[in-house]
Amino acid sequence: MVDIEALAGTVRGFEPSSRGIDGLRRLTGGASQETWSFDVLRGEAPPLGLILRRVPGGAGGSPGADPRKASLADEAGLLGLAARAGVPVPKVLAVLPPDGALGAGYLMSRVEGETIPRRFLREPRFAAARAGLARQCGEILARLHSIPLADLPPLRIAPAAIELEDYVRRHRSYGWPKPVFELAIRWLRERAPADDITPVLVHGDFRSGNLMIDEQGVAAVLDWELAHLGDPMEDLGWMCVNPWRFGMDQHPVGGFGSREDLFAGYEAAGGMRVDPERVRYWQVLGTLKWGVMCAGMLAVFRSGEDRSVERVAIGRRASEAAIDLLRLMAGRD
Amino acid sequence: MQDPPSAAELVRAVAAFLRDEALPALEGRNAYLARVSANTLEIVAREIEAAPAADVAERARLLALLGRSDDDDATLVQLNAELCRHIETGSIGADTPGLLAHLWTTTLAALAVDQPGYSGYRRALEEAPPENPPAPTPDG
Repeated sequence: MVDIEALAGTVRGFEPSSRGIDGLRRLTGGASQETWSFDVLRGEAPPLGLILRRVPGGAGGSPGADPRKASLADEAGLLGLAARAGVPVPKVLAVLPPDGALGAGYLMSRVEGETIPRRFLREPRFAAARAGLARQCGEILARLHSIPLADLPPLRIAPAAIELEDYVRRHRSYGWPKPVFELAIRWLRERAPADDITPVLVHGDFRSGNLMIDEQGVAAVLDWELAHLGDPMEDLGWMCVNPWRFGMDQHPVGGFGSREDLFAGYEAAGGMRVDPERVRYWQVLGTLKWGVMCAGMLAVFRSGEDRSVERVAIGRRASEAAIDLLRLMAGRD
Repeated sequence: MQDPPSAAELVRAVAAFLRDEALPALEGRNAYLARVSANTLEIVAREIEAAPAADVAERARLLALLGRSDDDDATLVQLNAELCRHIETGSIGADTPGLLAHLWTTTLAALAVDQPGYSGYRRALEEAPPENPPAPTPDG
């Protein structure tokens, strides 16, 4: 649980009108970073909606050993840099010290909107937002990729070949033969793009489900924990991976738009000239990554870390990646 | 032999209870997990019905691809592991006759159990299996 007194004290540091904390609830479960939502009561003024993101377990909690993930302090720093570059993000209001009563993490503004893709991809009130969303995502990615390298915290560097071999190792560690994945690994190894682009800050999980959408479009880009240095085309390719279309696969970008709009927005906002083949390579690699991640969920279940039906059932979604890979390698999609 | 109801019938009855009766009485995370649980039991029911025939067919295709005899007693996992080794080393690849058709059929059979509503599966059902690249023309 969260130490309410400590939380209220931290909030008073940047919001002196605070009269108390209300409606505290946890948004994410499991062993990953904790995300909590709450309201700050301010007397006559309307309540202020905030989000607490912190290490699992709070005080004394461990950030976990996944070397792919940025630390929470670095994540908070990235949100500040992204805001300055014109990327819509929640505003970071306080960074929590690792030795504090709340545990390492940070507080940020709660951006209102819809993250659930089956809602913003289908509900009529988002129709106008959807029409401009692919172009807007391209513009946002161009700004994100323009953040000066000198400002960034230390992050892992993962051009295509490193990212691929990382997932090959993971796949092999699960010890279950998947011939379609094996064929895709060969396909990807034979076509690895030249390592000729200076690495930039890549979000790493920019997709439907991690975007806060309102009736004007993208209200905030969320979930920065997989940010790293890499090929900017990685973010564009990941947006096109089929599961992120949530069934609306007539719209290749996120279930809402066209590649042409995504690329046009990217180039218009100062991004490098888009090589569609390179984006497609990252789409295939992203599809393999999704399949390996599904199998990884099973490993987490079997380890006993998370015994939920949700966790184990995702293991069966690896077959989604298999059909997508076969179709992609055949030049379909 | 087990008397009826069949395992698939039992599992479907529990799935229907979860979806039609328990789910509407729950909210939040529990409602979500009840839906996931019902979907999961439906996977089990489909697998009970479809897997025996699908496994026999997959096995026959694997034995043919690997050039093994019909009475080989290797398990499906062993045969798939051997196919993976061949693909990894390049001795079997996209240009090997029958490989892509085999992988296509096997993957569709898995999805018919796992995710019959998945968009990529619905698309694939309307398509022909991918073809091997054309064989090089023999010269002379």
